[in-house]
Amino acid sequence: MTHDLVLRVEDLRVTHPGPVTALDGLSFELAAGQVLGLVGESGSGKSAAALALLGLHRGTRTRVEGGILLHRADRPVLDLNQAGDAELRTVRGPELAMVFQEPLTSLDPYRRVGAQIAAAYRLHTGASRAEARQRTAEVLDRVGIDPKRARDYPHQFSGGMRQRVLIAMALALRPRVLVADEPTTALDVTVQAQILRLLDELRQETGMALVLVSHDVGVVGGLADEVVVLRQGRAVERGATARLLGRPEHPYTQALLRAVPRLDAPLPERQAPAADDVLVETAGLRVDFGSVQALRGVDLTVRRGETLGVVGESGSGKSTLGRALVRLQDPTSGTVRFDGQDLASWRGRELRRRRHELQMVFQDPTSSLNPRRLIGDSVAEPLRVHGGRDEAKLRAEAVALLERVGLDAAHADRYPHELSGGQRQRAAIARALILRPKLVVCDEPVSALDVTTQAQVVSLLRELREEFELTLVFIAHDLAVVRSVSDRVAVMRKGEVVETLAAAELTRPQHEYTRALLDAVPRLDAVTAG
Amino acid sequence: MIRFLLRRLLGAAAVLLALAALTYLLFYAMPGDPAQLACGKGCTAPQLAQVRHALGTDQPVVRQFWTFLTTLVLGHSFSTGPSTVWCSAPCLGYSYQSNEAVTQMLLDRLPVDVSLALGSAALWLLLGIGTGLFAALKPGRWRDRITNTVILTLGSTPVFVMALLLLMGACVWLQVLPFPNYVPITEDPVQWAQNLLLPWLAIALVSAAGYTRLTRAGVLETLNQDHIRTLRAYGYPERRIVLRHAVRGALPTVVTVAAMDIGMVLAGAVFTETMFGLPGLGKLAVESAGTVDLPVVCGITLLAGALIVVANTVADLLHAALDPRVRI
Repeated sequence: MTHDLVLRVEDLRVTHPGPVTALDGLSFELAAGQVLGLVGESGSGKSAAALALLGLHRGTRTRVEGGILLHRADRPVLDLNQAGDAELRTVRGPELAMVFQEPLTSLDPYRRVGAQIAAAYRLHTGASRAEARQRTAEVLDRVGIDPKRARDYPHQFSGGMRQRVLIAMALALRPRVLVADEPTTALDVTVQAQILRLLDELRQETGMALVLVSHDVGVVGGLADEVVVLRQGRAVERGATARLLGRPEHPYTQALLRAVPRLDAPLPERQAPAADDVLVETAGLRVDFGSVQALRGVDLTVRRGETLGVVGESGSGKSTLGRALVRLQDPTSGTVRFDGQDLASWRGRELRRRRHELQMVFQDPTSSLNPRRLIGDSVAEPLRVHGGRDEAKLRAEAVALLERVGLDAAHADRYPHELSGGQRQRAAIARALILRPKLVVCDEPVSALDVTTQAQVVSLLRELREEFELTLVFIAHDLAVVRSVSDRVAVMRKGEVVETLAAAELTRPQHEYTRALLDAVPRLDAVTAG
Repeated sequence: MIRFLLRRLLGAAAVLLALAALTYLLFYAMPGDPAQLACGKGCTAPQLAQVRHALGTDQPVVRQFWTFLTTLVLGHSFSTGPSTVWCSAPCLGYSYQSNEAVTQMLLDRLPVDVSLALGSAALWLLLGIGTGLFAALKPGRWRDRITNTVILTLGSTPVFVMALLLLMGACVWLQVLPFPNYVPITEDPVQWAQNLLLPWLAIALVSAAGYTRLTRAGVLETLNQDHIRTLRAYGYPERRIVLRHAVRGALPTVVTVAAMDIGMVLAGAVFTETMFGLPGLGKLAVESAGTVDLPVVCGITLLAGALIVVANTVADLLHAALDPRVRI
């Protein structure tokens, strides 16, 4: 491996209009083949930094200061921040390429993927169509996509495959630096592991340097040589990966690492609910969407007062199962029995009267709260629907619950966009609880949140379930999070439950699929030990 | 695809049936007796009864409607005194006023509206997409604002005012064009285009505003999308991004709206035809409604309905062709 300097960043500052300082003086050096990890929570300035490296803030009202010095053999050093637009364009692609967080939307939906790769390649190399086609086939093959699929459109690929296409697009031009901004955040653990492995292989083969931006210390830890921890635009700590993750010095880094859910963390003592007191029971539950079988016969019991975790990759049917449990989705066949009654038998008035016993908390609090209503109104709305008329009383109840979930009365008079992601999810939980439900299904309630916020929301749910005597179904793709809240965990795959086991047994599964899921989880200990 | 078209066809039949029934009902709710009008002044009671019988208006409404439908689908023989005429399907009957076959009347006038619609659509698309792009290249800047102002002013001008201005300007003051007088394209294509230029312009100038805004909004929205950021990250020049990629995002909507607008013009542009004296469907519709000429009005309504249904279907097909994610 060579150690030629490729990129030197000096005192990089990014200021959004306001002015809001997004990045307050970041410096680093990057040699060929080296991997730099930028870690931080949302708002830490890590994405602003990534975009600034390629000059992608140009044309917006965001200001970028500092030096981004690109070192090239036999040519003078180029400061990308000072370079003209035309010169910068020649660098984007062949020198610095980027892979984005949103693989689903980062490809042009109207063009075939092969054409998109070929167009970028031809733009910089002036290659003929045939040569570009040849190169496209090569790189697609290299990232593990059948070159025949070059003629398919982006929507015909899964998220992980689209990320591979984007990596192939970068690879085609043999860039010297690849900036990957949260490249796996939108993907499942198993797919995440594949993509990270691919990036590492490509780095070794081509000698490209990698800037890996992520909120997930585990993701960065497995790949980076050096890590910079960002907080509110400032680098609070930096160092070799093993040292930084093994012996973090800065309190913020320590807190960040503590918040990462771990599969080997001790489980809190908890009285297991009685096995014979069943609240929900599904029998042969099937749900078809057209020709797609989302659920293929699920038999599951949820005991009164327990928390049942549901894990699985996207498309495994876990969300459909959650919706069926609260009667947001009618089964194609099979039954869901709640408190001894078939849910399908609830109709008309009966359904309206008892609906409140089943509640749901959704993944994305931004879209599940009405953006044009005050938080307090949204939280009190279920009471109104169920006949509440005394506005003063409704408000008092909403405020009391908001305070219980860790917000305060002032939040009741704000709009969702004025709250942080964690605060919004707290409000959504308050809304679900205001009708005193018996069963709450949480569908990926923390996957849109930072690790520290995630830990707070999880511990809130733990407290609330005792206080409100809740039965929880906790759906998530993150095994460590699920393990930390659940009494039992159901593992789903392709519309079926492959096994159900006690949370303490999750790390010793019977089924090979569960083992594969566990193996895909990035481990911090492996890094720090090595 | 086949299923989609079949479903559309069934839907169209239902819509047209309802349209015909509605037109019939409206006519019977209206004052005025077509027989009286056809018979003229100084019509005696026996004569009136005879005319009623000849027109079929002495039958109950439902019976008349049924005859209308069977005539349309199967054809019908009409006896006018001694001679009998066979009117083959699709037969819409004969005008109460001129005794011409309605189907033929419509066929005579349809080319006018087809010429009008296609010509003006070409112009308004050119104008609308062009100005929309021009505005979107530098949003919020002077040229965006000026384009917006001009286009909005044009767009809020009633088409008959626009027609008058064009006529006054081109034919009276500048005298660069003769007063329009429709010439079929089959007779003389140059004359055809020259005479239709002003009507085309009148419709296009008024309609372009919508397309400017659709294009501008579509392009600006697409420019904010993630896949455009990917293009920027690969060093695509901004002009190419706007002209090739962002336009692509605006196109499906523009084309869909255009197909429906073309359907509307095809079905009769009453004001434009009247102002420029074009013998089209719109003008015929107004005249026939005035003289309570039920078969003609019914024929035009049905044809207009059919054209709009076809335009909508074409719009859906185009949308699917332009967006690979849409499947029908």
